[in-house]
Amino acid sequence: MDKDMYILGIETSCDETAASIVKNGHEIVSNVVASQIQSQQRFGGVVPEIASRHHVEQITLVIEEALAVADLEPSDLDAVAVTEGPGLVGALLIGINAAKAFAFANGLPIIGVHHIAGHIYANQLMQPMEFPLLALIVSGGHTELVLMEKHGAFKLIGETRDDAAGEAYDKVARVLGLPYPGGPHIDKLALESDEAVDFPRAWLEPDSYDFSFSGLKSAVINYKHNLEQKGEEVVPAHVAAGFQQSVVEVLTEKTLRAAKEYGVKQVIAAGGVAANKGLRASLDEVFEKEGIPFYVPPISLCTDNAAMIAAAGTSMFESGKRSTMEMNGRPGMELASWNSENK
Amino acid sequence: MIWLGIDTANTPLSVAIVKDGAILAEVNSSMAVNHSLRAMPVIEELFATVQLQPKDIDAIAVSEGPGSYTGVRIGVTIAKTLAWTLKKPLFGVSTLKVLAANAFYFDGLICPIVDARRNNVYAGVYEFANGGLTAIAEDGHFAIENLMDVLASKERPVLFVGKDVAMHEELIKERIRENAVIAPFPIQLPRASSLVFIAQQDGQEENTHAFTPEYRRIAEAEANWLMQQRKDKGRE
Ligand SMILES: [Zn+2]
Repeated sequence: MDKDMYILGIETSCDETAASIVKNGHEIVSNVVASQIQSQQRFGGVVPEIASRHHVEQITLVIEEALAVADLEPSDLDAVAVTEGPGLVGALLIGINAAKAFAFANGLPIIGVHHIAGHIYANQLMQPMEFPLLALIVSGGHTELVLMEKHGAFKLIGETRDDAAGEAYDKVARVLGLPYPGGPHIDKLALESDEAVDFPRAWLEPDSYDFSFSGLKSAVINYKHNLEQKGEEVVPAHVAAGFQQSVVEVLTEKTLRAAKEYGVKQVIAAGGVAANKGLRASLDEVFEKEGIPFYVPPISLCTDNAAMIAAAGTSMFESGKRSTMEMNGRPGMELASWNSENK
Repeated sequence: MIWLGIDTANTPLSVAIVKDGAILAEVNSSMAVNHSLRAMPVIEELFATVQLQPKDIDAIAVSEGPGSYTGVRIGVTIAKTLAWTLKKPLFGVSTLKVLAANAFYFDGLICPIVDARRNNVYAGVYEFANGGLTAIAEDGHFAIENLMDVLASKERPVLFVGKDVAMHEELIKERIRENAVIAPFPIQLPRASSLVFIAQQDGQEENTHAFTPEYRRIAEAEANWLMQQRKDKGRE
């Protein structure tokens, strides 16, 4: 590469207002995240209207800081990448309109990025991606297995038929009376527990890579209800451990089976739930045994951030992808390839 | 001085470029099209029409609400991002005052209205005096019935302006009677050139980073939360 390439990433799809500058698609020069978690905790979840209000307050501040930390001027940038979807539509619109206005003012091209492509490309910031690659995406809104034959080519081989893994975590946490967001609390309780309640595993059809978590969630609710009926004590740590074991076992087994079937060279995990210690440990163990390289980005790159959007945006930019000033928020956007899937 | 004015607070979209007290170009529309889709393309087209670059402008004025939460946020986000990155001053103007400016020279009260659903409106009460508009009452969120009571008690002619006036025309005529004047269609839409004019008159420069819409209502979740806090306090 003769000249360094700098892409500004902007992400506002949920409750983090984020901006980042990534050099040559893999080197983070700045990564700024303004979290709303303290404000949203009052409501026990993300309230879309509140999220949008916070984004308007933070958006220019985070972009300014991303430039300041990187010690770059807008004229040093090559393009602006922004999350186009999926996500909360009102929240997406803040990042998109800020990105469009910034790109217009500074004469820069703009690229709309799929949020999940971003989560996958967070790995590119740690080590080069090697293909074929299998990505397990687990977050509050997603549970997917995606096969990649090369950069920008995505093949969905499995997905959840009901709740996302992160959603199940949040719901079970609420049942156990744990604070929002529930995932990290369950993970912590589960790791500390010496005993685990035996909950069912949803394997679905033998050859399926799909997931289902709503039955497990119901099983937890029924278990608690039954004990309470009998006047017996519910030990949250035992429930958390049993729930987590069921989720982790299904995610691990299906990911391993897919990795072997498709003969992949690399397995990566992405998304907020990829930060779960129990899941990481389980995947680490099986893939080490199998001899397939397995990677999870550090927690700051698993949760929503803009560096991942800039990283995916760089790959799109190099493939000649550009968006127009008509870009709109796409709350239900599908993950589409920007590189032809045929080799 | 070259000014850019942007109003996306409600269904209508208006963008204007004003140079030294004259309109160079203005685009007005009132289509049910998402502002996120149209606002930036219209701004881009307008700059091309007047053959100017973004950096050529000296100030930006934006409609700050009240209105559609999402609509106001789109205009405010675009305006504050442009103002910050171009290092130009930013001016926020009441959406309602912009509408009231359509009724300059009216002898009486001017009541701009934006529908807020469930028999509620965002409204203001203005008067034209000394070449400008004076607010008689603060812009706010009102039950339409209560607003009519206040206006009827003034016993003065009231001009109602805004495209949502039509939704409440029957009640207005019933309550304000012969003092009610309904603005004709050519002056029902907000104009970004008026927005620039008011920004120049009022001269209230904003802190760009901190600038946020004037929602005139707290979010529903926040209202419920506050109510719960008060209840809990009462119980203690
Ligand atoms: Zn995410």
